[in-house]
Amino acid sequence: MSELSVVPSSLARPERAPHSAPGAAAVAWMMLERDLKLAFRKASQLVQPLAFFAMVTTLFPLAITPELTRLRHIASGVLWAAALLSSLLALEFLFRDDAQDGTLEQYALSGRALTGLLAAKTAAHWLLTGLPLALMAPLAAVSLGVPAHALPGILASVTLGTVTMSLLGAVGAALTLGVRRAGALLSLLTLPLAIPVLIFGAHATQLAIRGEPYGASLTLLAALAVFGMTLAPLAAAAAVRINLE
Amino acid sequence: MSEATLKGENVHLWRGERHVLRGVAFTVSGGECLQLTGPNGAGKTSLLRTVCGMSYPEAGRISWRGADVREDLPSFHAEMAYLGHEPPLKLELTGRENLQYWVGVRRRFAAAELDAVLERVGGRRWADRPVRTLSAGQKRRVALAGLLLMAVPLWLLDEPTTNLDVEGQHLVGALIDEHLAAGGLAMAAVHHPLAVSERGLRRLELGGV
Repeated sequence: MSELSVVPSSLARPERAPHSAPGAAAVAWMMLERDLKLAFRKASQLVQPLAFFAMVTTLFPLAITPELTRLRHIASGVLWAAALLSSLLALEFLFRDDAQDGTLEQYALSGRALTGLLAAKTAAHWLLTGLPLALMAPLAAVSLGVPAHALPGILASVTLGTVTMSLLGAVGAALTLGVRRAGALLSLLTLPLAIPVLIFGAHATQLAIRGEPYGASLTLLAALAVFGMTLAPLAAAAAVRINLE
Repeated sequence: MSEATLKGENVHLWRGERHVLRGVAFTVSGGECLQLTGPNGAGKTSLLRTVCGMSYPEAGRISWRGADVREDLPSFHAEMAYLGHEPPLKLELTGRENLQYWVGVRRRFAAAELDAVLERVGGRRWADRPVRTLSAGQKRRVALAGLLLMAVPLWLLDEPTTNLDVEGQHLVGALIDEHLAAGGLAMAAVHHPLAVSERGLRRLELGGV
């Protein structure tokens, strides 16, 4: 019986459940912290999309022309196509590891709202892939001959665009959880939905480069992001539950 | 809240073309452990997953405290713990960190409580190593620590003794006995009989077809 005393008294009375559960914000913060910690312990997954983005944006000057005046005209298209493709690259990992090792199942069975947990995971994913991409976009823009006055606009538009990409991707990643080699299917699902982001993002960037007001496109990008924030976690949670069955 | 009883009535489950569970019925009350046996493919894991609410039975119902679990899955989940074939652990995190994030989502607990459950499963020495470096049996022990830490009345265990040494198998038996003595319920799918006391042990044999 001496062993029994090691177990805290709260365990000896299982009837007492449910106990002091942490609040929704605390749980979301815990998920965020966990995902950031995990990401920094296997950094290669973080670097890949960024390296891809840098590669694609340097391929265009090599393939088309090194002339900055001509590059400037295609800069917005290059930046946005590259940004969308590199955020796709990172999406495959969003829920896959958690689904494979059974931790996603445990979260689905935790009695907590899966919507909030997945929203926190998506936020962590954006911090780890979207934000670095947004910070890198102005650098890539400079290398494409974009004038300095356009850089704040590029930073703002890519920031908003990557938020929407992460949210769209969360739904796609949740839907393709049960599929082997989901990468291609995920692109087919997500890219068509990302076209509005591409259109408004590239338009805002183009206006910023020309020195014209780009506020309207930016507002539409922000609207898309908010729309995604309200609906994507719900859809992702439903898709995860279907895939766990 | 009514008495803690888990009940399955006439549960039928199809997996594609296969009729896996054919009218399974069982009742588990406080202080009882239902041991599920049967050949591979008999539907032991399917039954556990159906009880969890992860699989939808084609017919029949699972009730907890007298109410169909489907009516309020979140509160049912808050009172149960499910351990599958594989310990649900992140290889990059330490045993202790794993428990913090896995169980921490459900309930708050003090560091001393975490230490106590790690001690109970014999893991104090290696709990701060990344799970990647632990043996399969040690991972299983971390999972058992998580089970204790959740402090819920209902345990659903799928092969809880996999990868454990003889001493570990006795540990599982002892943990279940203590859980039952405190009024808890358990349902365990096993290949080898559990090392638990006969009092409170009930058996359900599933036939594989």
